[in-house]
Amino acid sequence: MKFLDNFREAIGSLLMNKMRSILTMLGIIIGIGAVIAIMTLGASMTAYITETMSGFGINNITVMMRAKTDEGPVLYMSTGGMNAYKDKDLITEEMMDGLKEEYPDEIKAFSVSEIIGNGQTEKGADYANLSLSGVNPEYITANNLTLIRGRFINDQDEAVGRRLAVVSDKLVSNIFGDENPLGQEIIIRTQNHIDNYTIVGVYEYSSGNNIMLGAVMASSSSDYDVSTDVYIPLSVAKKVMNTKGYSSFTVVTENGINSTEFSKTIESYFSKYYARNEDFGIGTFSMESTVSEITSMMSTISLAIAAIAAISLLVGGIGVMNIMIVSITERTREIGTRKALGATNGEIRMQFIVESVVICLVGGFIGIALGMALGAIGAALLGFTAKATVTSILLSVGVSSAIGVFFGFYPANKAAKMDPIDALRYE
Amino acid sequence: MADIITLKDIYKRYFIGKSNELEVIHGIGLSVAEGEFVSIVGESGSGKSTLMNIIGALDRPTEGTYFLDGVNVAALSQDELSLARKMKIGFVFQTFNLIGRISARANVELPMTYARMPRKERQERAQHLLEIVGMGDRAKHQPNELSGGQKQRTAIARAMANDPAILLADEPTGALDSETGLKVLDIFRDLNKNHGKTVVLITHSNALAEHSDRIITLKDGVIIGERRGSADRGEDRGEGDAL
Ligand SMILES: Nc1ncnc2c1ncn2[C@@H]1O[C@H](COP(=O)(O)OP(=O)(O)OP(=O)(O)O)[C@@H](O)[C@H]1O
Ligand SMILES: [Mg+2]
Repeated sequence: MKFLDNFREAIGSLLMNKMRSILTMLGIIIGIGAVIAIMTLGASMTAYITETMSGFGINNITVMMRAKTDEGPVLYMSTGGMNAYKDKDLITEEMMDGLKEEYPDEIKAFSVSEIIGNGQTEKGADYANLSLSGVNPEYITANNLTLIRGRFINDQDEAVGRRLAVVSDKLVSNIFGDENPLGQEIIIRTQNHIDNYTIVGVYEYSSGNNIMLGAVMASSSSDYDVSTDVYIPLSVAKKVMNTKGYSSFTVVTENGINSTEFSKTIESYFSKYYARNEDFGIGTFSMESTVSEITSMMSTISLAIAAIAAISLLVGGIGVMNIMIVSITERTREIGTRKALGATNGEIRMQFIVESVVICLVGGFIGIALGMALGAIGAALLGFTAKATVTSILLSVGVSSAIGVFFGFYPANKAAKMDPIDALRYE
Repeated sequence: MADIITLKDIYKRYFIGKSNELEVIHGIGLSVAEGEFVSIVGESGSGKSTLMNIIGALDRPTEGTYFLDGVNVAALSQDELSLARKMKIGFVFQTFNLIGRISARANVELPMTYARMPRKERQERAQHLLEIVGMGDRAKHQPNELSGGQKQRTAIARAMANDPAILLADEPTGALDSETGLKVLDIFRDLNKNHGKTVVLITHSNALAEHSDRIITLKDGVIIGERRGSADRGEDRGEGDAL
């Protein structure tokens, strides 16, 4: 008997008992569905995270002050709650120079920024929301900014303290339209300051490169109102803010440095400066450690769901085995007849294994469809784009077939070994 | 003509070596010539079916030799027995034993499927066989849509699928009324006369047995009588004659 004939017969016998077939498949459907759903969701989430965080260099370690009362890892720079710090709490240039001196092989550069605050600039009826920060020349490389016009802030700007600004293409299109923004003066209004700056460069805006990541993730404002960063020389910002140090800075590490490990080194370097500070300490945050934290969280969840799926598949497999035994008992006379007509034991065995595999595969396909739908719904609710993985589908098909063969073998073998006369005589 | 079935000193015992050991066939010897129509009669429990199963290579004798078409069946492996059943023997059962979920034609196709005949070819042959037994217009029907006589015709067509030399029928008319039974018997006679099939038929009805070449009577596992039927005496030629 050829495979295709077996397959046709198997489909026929499934359709004979539709309700029974569906109930039998349930365990497989749930198991496979759970696996596919979590894999779809996981893939979507990973894709989203990688996309969002790609603006943040993987070699970067952000070093920031953090209140000693804070517990747990620092995920995002938060300005809220940091207002209580005094000048003595800030990170000084001496501390940073000392760090660079101690680890010259690990540190490529420091990118430093000083946040002045959220503000707005207007031109006629047009306006653009912005967040004003002073940054040093290294900032552009550390944050993977793409300059599309003009230039970035350089060392000379810093030394002289020029009142220059690098703005986003978004800001430009809001207030200048097609006009050339380079050389134009803009007046920037923040909470406590009003100043004018000359635009020297335009960078390409992407949602990933905002200085305050948290603000973007929470933003639901319209495209026009989206706030983008405006960068001015660090020295200018320090004068405006009249500060003596920094609340945070970014370490750009050399290639090949494990940033998770080096983060700890940095923390212990700073601990000697902050040992006697009762209010603040230094925390670090690196892309690598964040991604690995999220990944390990995801894999814990995946593992839990995989365990549930495995149990479901096991129960499903036993269900298939059970129904196959029932089916074979019901069809004892048929088996006897087939043997009398010339079927070999091997052909009988194959027939029932194929039947069991077909049950599992149909269940598997329903599970894949269901899981993909659930994964897509979950991804949509969390705001990700759904991404089904080919691996998960192939895996599901493989696992379903394997369950079919494994749990179908015993009943099929039982059928194959039936004595034809006993089988024909069976009432 | 050459003997296609040769049984020598056949014994069949059940529960061998146990206290309730039971011998149901006690040294039967029987030969059937190619193209012969033999009936086996005897009371219930006399061992007719047991003997038939041995002839049909479904069962092996406990003792004795059985040559089927020149091959010693006792020496065959399981798969070789399957092959013999598939290619040399066509079974017809009292209870039809058609497979319920598939059409009459699919039932007839089944032995050809096991013989790995291409799909198109076996469909055409199944249709042709159904026409021979007068079931051409019912090919697409499922067994539960057929009458008893129609089911048995389908079963006969199925027995003919791989063009076996021997047709074995264990009370094929047992579940049918006498008129329908006679029609079914006519099919066997036609296949015997016009298609050269060797037929071994078990029946309770002496009247039906009369239509064969030879009638063998079994009692308690031994042959107690053997006589010629009317077919052999040339009195029963021709179609549709009354009992
Ligand atoms: N598998 C078995 N185990 C034990 N005894 C059996 C078995 N098969 C048949 N027998 C016994 O063998 C004897 C002959 O049975 P068999 O079925 O050959 O009779 P039969 O002539 O076909 O009768 P009937 O006309 O009622 O069909 C019976 O006594 C039966 O009980
Ligand atoms: Mg019997």
